[in-house]
Amino acid sequence: MTAAIEARNLSKTFGGERRWFGRARPPVCAVREVSFRVAAGETLGIVGESGCGKTTLARMLAGLLPPSGGRISVDGKEPRAGAGPWGGLVQYVFQDPLGALNPRKTIRQIMHAPLRHLLGMDAPAREARVAELFDAVNLHLAFLDRYPHEFSGGQAQRIGIARALAANPRIVVLDEPVSALDVSVQAQVLNLLADLRRAYHLTYLLISHDLAVVEAVSDRVAVLYCGAIVELADAAEVFARARHPYTRLLADSAPVPGRPPAAAAPGELPDAPTRGCAFAARCSRADAACRQRAPEPVYTRKENYVRCFRPLETPR
Amino acid sequence: MSGARFAASFAALGALLLRHRLAGLGALVLLVVAALAAAAPLLPLPNPDLTDLANRLQRPGAPGHPLGTDHLGRDLLARLVWGTRLSLAVGVFASLIAALAGSCIGIAAGFFGGRTDNLLMRGIDMLMAFPYILLALAIVAALGPGLLNALYAVAIVNIPFFARSVRGATAAIAHREFVDAARLAGMRNWRIIGGEILPNVAPVITIAMSTTIGWMILETAGLSFLGLGSQPPQADLGSMLGEGRNLLINAPHVSVVPGAMIFVVVVSINLLGDGVRDWLDPRLRAGQLSRPAAVTRIERADAGAAHRPDGALLQVRGLRTRFVSAGARTQYAVNGVDLTVDAGQCLGLIGESGSGKSVTALSLLGLAPSPPAVIGGGRVYLAGEDLLAADFERLRAIRGRRVAYIFQNPMAALHPLMTVGAQLTEAIRCHRRMPRQAALDEALGLLRQVRMPGAAARARQYPHELSGGMRQRVGIALALANAPELVIADEPTTALDVTVQAQILQLLAQLRRERNLALIFVTHDFAVLSQLCDRVAVMYAGRIVESGPTHDILARPAHPYTAGLIRCAPRLGGGRRPAAIPGLPPAADRLPRGCAFAPRCARRREACEAGKVASTRLSAARRVRCLYPLEAA
Ligand SMILES: Nc1ncnc2c1ncn2[C@@H]1O[C@H](COP(=O)(O)OP(=O)(O)OP(=O)(O)O)[C@@H](O)[C@H]1O
Ligand code: SF4
Ligand code: SF4
Ligand SMILES: [Mg+2]
Repeated sequence: MTAAIEARNLSKTFGGERRWFGRARPPVCAVREVSFRVAAGETLGIVGESGCGKTTLARMLAGLLPPSGGRISVDGKEPRAGAGPWGGLVQYVFQDPLGALNPRKTIRQIMHAPLRHLLGMDAPAREARVAELFDAVNLHLAFLDRYPHEFSGGQAQRIGIARALAANPRIVVLDEPVSALDVSVQAQVLNLLADLRRAYHLTYLLISHDLAVVEAVSDRVAVLYCGAIVELADAAEVFARARHPYTRLLADSAPVPGRPPAAAAPGELPDAPTRGCAFAARCSRADAACRQRAPEPVYTRKENYVRCFRPLETPR
Repeated sequence: MSGARFAASFAALGALLLRHRLAGLGALVLLVVAALAAAAPLLPLPNPDLTDLANRLQRPGAPGHPLGTDHLGRDLLARLVWGTRLSLAVGVFASLIAALAGSCIGIAAGFFGGRTDNLLMRGIDMLMAFPYILLALAIVAALGPGLLNALYAVAIVNIPFFARSVRGATAAIAHREFVDAARLAGMRNWRIIGGEILPNVAPVITIAMSTTIGWMILETAGLSFLGLGSQPPQADLGSMLGEGRNLLINAPHVSVVPGAMIFVVVVSINLLGDGVRDWLDPRLRAGQLSRPAAVTRIERADAGAAHRPDGALLQVRGLRTRFVSAGARTQYAVNGVDLTVDAGQCLGLIGESGSGKSVTALSLLGLAPSPPAVIGGGRVYLAGEDLLAADFERLRAIRGRRVAYIFQNPMAALHPLMTVGAQLTEAIRCHRRMPRQAALDEALGLLRQVRMPGAAARARQYPHELSGGMRQRVGIALALANAPELVIADEPTTALDVTVQAQILQLLAQLRRERNLALIFVTHDFAVLSQLCDRVAVMYAGRIVESGPTHDILARPAHPYTAGLIRCAPRLGGGRRPAAIPGLPPAADRLPRGCAFAPRCARRREACEAGKVASTRLSAARRVRCLYPLEAA
C-alpha cells in the first residue's frame, strides 16, 4: 500500500547561500534527514520544543518551503506544478487562528478563494459548498459577511479548518492548532478535528508542543530534537514506555496533576548542532561513542524507530 | 469595505479630527486653498502673465490689484492663485509618482526577498547616498530646466523613502500566515500581491504620502526658486519667490505673498498629515501611546465600608476593576474578588484568557494601566494595611520590596540595553542603600540562587543573549532581589518549553521552601498549578467561583465550571478524548445578570439566571459560587 504522505531524508538548511554583497550567514540546519510514512487515515503527531524545527518541517510538507534535500511524495507521487503547492491535496491549519485570516477580507471572500482557484467552481456552487463546510464545523452562515477581527480565537480556528477542508484535501497539516486557544475551547476544536477526520477520511500531521494533546489525538508520534526525529513510536507507548532518553525527559517534564515537579533536567536546546548525538550534552547515558558519531535509526517495529546507541529498554 | 464599516470608520475619522483640532484646522485651510486653486479659471482674475509696466510694483490694496503687482506689473493675486494651483498640482503628481514607483519597488523587494530584494535595495541605497537636494539638482541639470523635469527630479529623490517604508511593511506581511493560506488556496503571486498584500500596506503608503507631500511642494519651490523649475512667464510659488528676491528691500510684498502661501500650504498639509497618521495607526488610535498613570485610578463606591483585616499576609475583599474608554463599552474585568494568602502559602489563581486573572494581579498594587483601568471598589490589605488607600510614595516603597512580580514575558520586565548584573544591582540599590560592590555581590548571589549556569559570566550579558528559560530565571532573581514577602507570578512558565517549564517550576518550589515565600501563581493550567500550589482560586468572568485546597478541588470539584476545566485538558497517559465545555466565556462588556456560567452549564435551572449568585461556604476551607454545586456542603 502506498503511504498517504511520505518523507525521505528531508532536510532544510537556512542561510549559507552567497549574497550579493556582505558576507554569507552561516548555515543553520533546521531539519535533518527526516523520514517517515503516514498511512491514509492515520494521524502522525510531531512533538518537540521551540526551535526544534517543527514548523519548518510542516511548511515543507505543505509545499510552502522548498526542502534543501530529500523528497516528499503524496499518494506515491512527486509534487506537480499547478495551482497551489500539491494542487490543494495538502492543506494547513495555522497556529495563530486570527493571523491566518486576512484582516481586510470578509469570511466569504476567504472561504471562496480555494474553491475558486483550486476547484474552479462557479459562484452558486461555491455558496453551496461553503454552507456545507460551515455546517460541518458548527459555524453560523451569518458569519460570512463579517471581518476576521470580529471573531474569537476558537471561532477563527473553525473558519481556518473549514477553509483547509474546502478544497477536498487528502492530508491536513495541523500546526499547533489549539495552542492559541482558551483551555475550554481547545477540547472543542480537538474533538471537532477528530470528527472531521472520520467524516472526510483525512490524514493528519499534528504538530504540538503539548504532549498530552499529541498523545490523545495521534496514532503514532514522532519526537523531534534539533531537527531530527529521535524516536517514532505508537502514541500509546511513546511517552509511557519511552526508548529515547530525550523522549523520557519530555515525558517526565510534562506537568501531571498530583505529581511533584520533575527533578531538574539539565540544559536546554543547544544553539549549534554538535558532532555526534545532538542530545549527548544533556544525556545521562552518553558515552564516548555518542560524542563521536551521530546515531542512525534503529527500527523497533516495521515503521517505528529510535535514533540512539543505548536506548532505554525497560518500561517504567 | 461594507457600507456600515465604511461609515463607522468615517465616524471614527470625524471624531479623531475633532480631537485633533489642529488636523481639522489644517484640513480646513487646505480645502480652502485647494478650492481656490482649482477654481482659478472660473474666478474673475486678470491674466496672471499680462505685463503692465506702467503699474509695476504696486503696493497691496492698490485699485484693481488687491495684493499689488510685481516688477512687470502683473497682478500678484492672479499669479498667486495660478501659482498655488501649479505648485499643488506638481506636489501631488510628484508624490503620486514617487508613491507608485517606490511602492512597486518596495513591494517587489519585500515580497520576493532574497536576490530581488538585495538588488533593488542596493539601488535604492545608491540613490540615498547623494545629498537630497544635490541629487535633485543633478537630475534637473541632466534633463534640462523645466517644471516637468523638476517634478521628475523631486519624485525620484523621494522614491527611496517610499520604497523603504513599503518594503518593511510588505516583508512583515509577506511572512504572515494568511499569505501562506492564500498560496495554499491556489492563488498565484500577482494575485496574492494585489489581493492580500496591497490592501494591508495601503495605510503605510498613505501615511508616507501624507508626510512627504508637503516636503515635495517645498522642494519643487526650491528648484523653481533657483530658476530650474517653472520657466517665465509661468508662475509657481517658487519662481514667484525667486523673482521677488531682488526686490526684498524695495517691494517686500512681492516675495512675502508667495512665501506666506508656501508656509500656509505646507503647514496645513503637515497638520492634516499628522491627523491622517494618527487615524491610520491603530496604536495611536487606541491612545495606547499615552503614558499610563503611575497608580491605577481609584473610585471606590464603597469607601466607607471598612472591613476588619485579620492576621493574613494578603487579604483582598470585594476588589472591582473595570476598563473605561471613550467610545467603547465598559469592560468589567474584575467583579468583586476575595482572596486570602497567608505567609509562606502558595495560592493558584486559575482561569481562562480574559477571566480577569492578570487584571486582579495588577490591581493589587495599583499597576493596572490607567487610563483605561479604574478600581471601582474593594480592599487590598497587606499585613493589615489598605493598599488601595496608600499614596504613590507608599506604594512605591512596597512595590518590588515587599511584593514583587514575575511576568509571563521576562523580556518585558528587563531593560534590553543593560546587562543582567547591572539591572539586578540597580533593583537592589533602589530599595536599599549600599555600596555598588556589595550590591553586585548580592546580585551574583541571587543569580546563583536561581541556579543560573555560569552566574558570573551571565551577569555581564544582555537579556537578548540569554535563552528564554535563563531570562525567566533573571526575572525571578529580580523579583527576589529585595527579599519580598509576597511574589505574584503571572503565567511565568507559559511561554517556556516543557523541559524548561519543569526547571522553573522546580526552582519556584525550592525558593518557596528556602525563603518561606508567599506566592500567587496565575495560570490557566491545572496540571501546572497542582505542582506548586497549596490552595486554588478558580476565576470565571471576573469572579472567584470556587476556592479551596488544591488536592481537594482536583479530586472533588464542586463548581460545574471547575469540573469542566479539569476534564477538558487532556492529561498525559490519561485516556483519549478530552470532554469539552460547550460555548464561549461571556464578553466582559456584556456579563449576564445571574450566574455567568449559566449559558454553558448543564446543571442550570431557572434560579441560576434570575440574579446574582452568592459565594457559599462548603467546608471550613472551601467556598463555591453555585446554586447547585456538584459537592454538597
Ligand atoms: N487595557 C485594557 N483595556 C480594556 N480592556 C482590558 C484591558 N486589559 C484587559 N482588559 C479586559 O479585561 C478582561 C480581563 O483581562 P485579563 O488580562 O485579566 O484576563 P486574563 O485572565 O489574565 O487572561 P489571559 O489568560 O489571556 O492572560 C478582559 O475582558 C480584557 O479584554
Ligand atoms: S545516542 Fe547516546 S547521547 Fe544520544 S541519546 Fe542515545 S545514549 Fe544519549
Ligand atoms: S449557579 Fe446554576 S448555572 Fe451557575 S454554575 Fe451553578 S448550576 Fe450552573
Ligand atoms: Mg493574563
